[in-house]
Amino acid sequence: MIRFRLNELKMEYIGHPGLTLMEYLRSIELFSVKYGCDTGSCGSCSVLVDNYVYNSCMLLVESLGGKTVETLEHLDKTGEIDNLKKSFLDKGAIQCGYCSPGMLISLVALFRKNKQPNESEIRETLAGNLCRCTGYVKPVEAAQL
Amino acid sequence: MKVVGKKTQRVDGKALASGKAVFADDIPKKDFLYLKLLYSPIAHGKINSIDISKALALDGVAAILTHKDFKPHYYTTAGQGYPEPSPRDTMIFNPVVRFVGDKVAVIAAESIEIAEKALELIEVDYTEYPAIFDPNKSKDNEVVLHPEIKNTPFLFDAQRNLASRITAEYGDPENAFDLSKYVFEGEYSTPYAQQAHIEPHITLTWMDEHERLIIRTATQVPFHVRRIVGEVLDFPISRIRVIKPRIGGGFGSKQEILNEEICAAVTLKTGRPSRIELTRKEEFFAARSRHPQRVRIKLGFDENLKITAIDLNILENSGAYGSHALTVMSVTSQKVLSLYKAPNFRVHADAVYTNLPIAGAYRGYGAPQGFFALECLMDEIAIKLQVDPLELRIKNFFEEGDEIPIASILGEGREGFKMVLHTTGVEECLHRGKELMDWDDKRNRLNHGEIKHGVGLAAVCQGSGIPGIDMAAAFIKMNEDASFNLMVGAADIGTGSDTAMAQIAAEVLEVSVDKIIVYSSDTDLTPFDTGAYASSTVFVSGGAVKKAAEKLKLQILDQGQKLLDDPNAILEKGKVTTGLKSLSYEEICTKSFYSEFQMQPMATASHLSYDSPPPFNATFADVSVDTETGIVTVNKIVSVSDCGQIINPKMAEGQAEGAIPQSIGMALSEYMIFDEKGKAINTDFTSYHIYTAIDMPEIIAEFVHTSDPTGPFGAKAVAEIPINGPAPAIANAIYNACGVRIRELPITPEKILRGLGKI
Repeated sequence: MIRFRLNELKMEYIGHPGLTLMEYLRSIELFSVKYGCDTGSCGSCSVLVDNYVYNSCMLLVESLGGKTVETLEHLDKTGEIDNLKKSFLDKGAIQCGYCSPGMLISLVALFRKNKQPNESEIRETLAGNLCRCTGYVKPVEAAQL
Repeated sequence: MKVVGKKTQRVDGKALASGKAVFADDIPKKDFLYLKLLYSPIAHGKINSIDISKALALDGVAAILTHKDFKPHYYTTAGQGYPEPSPRDTMIFNPVVRFVGDKVAVIAAESIEIAEKALELIEVDYTEYPAIFDPNKSKDNEVVLHPEIKNTPFLFDAQRNLASRITAEYGDPENAFDLSKYVFEGEYSTPYAQQAHIEPHITLTWMDEHERLIIRTATQVPFHVRRIVGEVLDFPISRIRVIKPRIGGGFGSKQEILNEEICAAVTLKTGRPSRIELTRKEEFFAARSRHPQRVRIKLGFDENLKITAIDLNILENSGAYGSHALTVMSVTSQKVLSLYKAPNFRVHADAVYTNLPIAGAYRGYGAPQGFFALECLMDEIAIKLQVDPLELRIKNFFEEGDEIPIASILGEGREGFKMVLHTTGVEECLHRGKELMDWDDKRNRLNHGEIKHGVGLAAVCQGSGIPGIDMAAAFIKMNEDASFNLMVGAADIGTGSDTAMAQIAAEVLEVSVDKIIVYSSDTDLTPFDTGAYASSTVFVSGGAVKKAAEKLKLQILDQGQKLLDDPNAILEKGKVTTGLKSLSYEEICTKSFYSEFQMQPMATASHLSYDSPPPFNATFADVSVDTETGIVTVNKIVSVSDCGQIINPKMAEGQAEGAIPQSIGMALSEYMIFDEKGKAINTDFTSYHIYTAIDMPEIIAEFVHTSDPTGPFGAKAVAEIPINGPAPAIANAIYNACGVRIRELPITPEKILRGLGKI
């Protein structure tokens, strides 16, 4: 049995050993986690694991023993993304919105370590989140709170 | 104007930013079957037998469908108006396979894992046929891809592998070339490229409590999905409901009936809810891509450097089936001939079949291929004649009041409609772009050392919807708190069109945007719309919304006048007033509902335009070329567009900022590679590189103002125009930097080094 924290919950998992965290999170209807590529390239399935950004398609649930997993639903509930969200909306940084949860996850991880990142740190952080709509112009602008 | 052209937040923004369950797959999936497709491993051949017995015996496999389960029926997967101007050469499953990735069977199982296991248990025996991979060798080859199909108005000659052909002539080009002072010619080509929307194709289908088929799908064309699924499965349209939720990008790839018919077939066969999602790998070979084109252009000029004649010759690779084959190269021709005035021109375009993946719609829809050729050639000519590249273009642009002859000669699979250019800001775009790029200094800078710097430009145009074909409708009704439900067929695929539609309605009705509740693209609940393609939504659907809102406004006024018992009362600032007495919208609607002159204030409208005013753009690129490695770095792109009146400035900028990296990718890093057996080999984001946040150059996207009389509030289209310029501007900048002219995209380091004579 694998025990880990998921958002505000304590989880106990006994299940398929090959299940990825992305598949698992979507199966329990945490739909902010998106499928985009299977290869850990696009960042749409980003979650926080012990404060680090992970592509959840690359992690097995089996490997999460003792870890803390956070999805965007949780960060939305706690209010941690309120300012970022407001800025994203205000600056027009959201187009189709499919990659937005992943971008916000990456930025939360950055902001937890660095309250005032500069543009190149923001770009570095968002380099793992592929977006095909915005050219990253407005997301980068919006992340400069 | 109070709302149009003003900053407005997206109406769906909050939900998207919070990661709410708004996309097609974001619903609970009780009792769903998961589908997986079996694809052909060979490029061309006949299926002798398919043995599904072992796969069917696997625990958890519910159904397997192959060509044996369907009556032969030819259709096109292109989601276009009816009759579709694409060859009807496709069957749901075909006993002949024509590329590595052609669909052979679908497996429906209790989980993806079981379906994948079952895939390996299907035994298919093929007889392999010779295959054609080179589009130059396809026409009149002894290998014929579709020997069994009869020619139709939209299938030119199946026996010759010619999916489509376009010919057009205006004036006397032959004679004009003979009389020209200068004649220049060039051949250019563009590769297979992927739309690469991050949300893959995903479809869910189920039967509702009334035995109706529900199709929840990531599509740009919900009404075409309903029509084509109905046709292919011989199932009544009255029993099909297509729901388009939020969409994670489309760029043309979702203007296709890709898997909806298969998913629906499984649901009809099993009675079970079904789900099919393409993996990223499948997206690369089983979905659609940009048609590769070889474009040859000949330009004649007189002594004043005015264009005398244009000869345009296109060879388009359609892949194994002809989805969008005709119309993409028709757009190439239309747009290339809508920018510069030519008193004589000739077009010959052939789309050929090859045993490669199927091309389709991709933002720009033929125009990027055409403008890469035209705008590189214009650069070459300016250099040869030692004239300013801006001046050469400005001399030749169509001007306001000019008729654009190609528009009436060549329409969407038929003759077009007369078009007069009402507005053009292209010259202003060039001047503004020049200023923003610091052109004069950069164009003439001296290059020392291994890294060479250069700048280049391109001028381009597009259209605003398909004239005389694209039709959109809107329905709007009033609520007693003076809010309005706006129902539109227009498909917001992430572009923000719901917000633009709300702004247009709000502007007419003189209310704030938050009073407009938009619901879009549900075939049961919203009126018809041809769909989100051809840069049509703001121009065509927006036209329908404007009309519907205007009708409703008249009704509100009429009700107000009756309630005030004064036929001279006027409507202003959200109320009807006699000067002495006023009734607010709330009061008018509440009384209309419950007490006096009872009725529901509501209106519908349809819109179709015979005009498709071209938006224009000038794009400038600043590049560095490392002459040791051949690596090109794009430092800056300036993109200035004339899209008429901008409805939503942030969203319009966003369209340009997103289109630019797609075109930079087309120029430098994005191209599909096939092995010698026709199998796509770079089928993931590691080997097919789309631009990331750290690869991006500085981007400046601006708009100049015009107001086109044919568009809602003066609007022209935005979506596609900014994708046409960057690739030629980059190629021209590379030449300016290091003197290497690359006419064949992508521009790889190898080609640069070869051009420099270093390898």
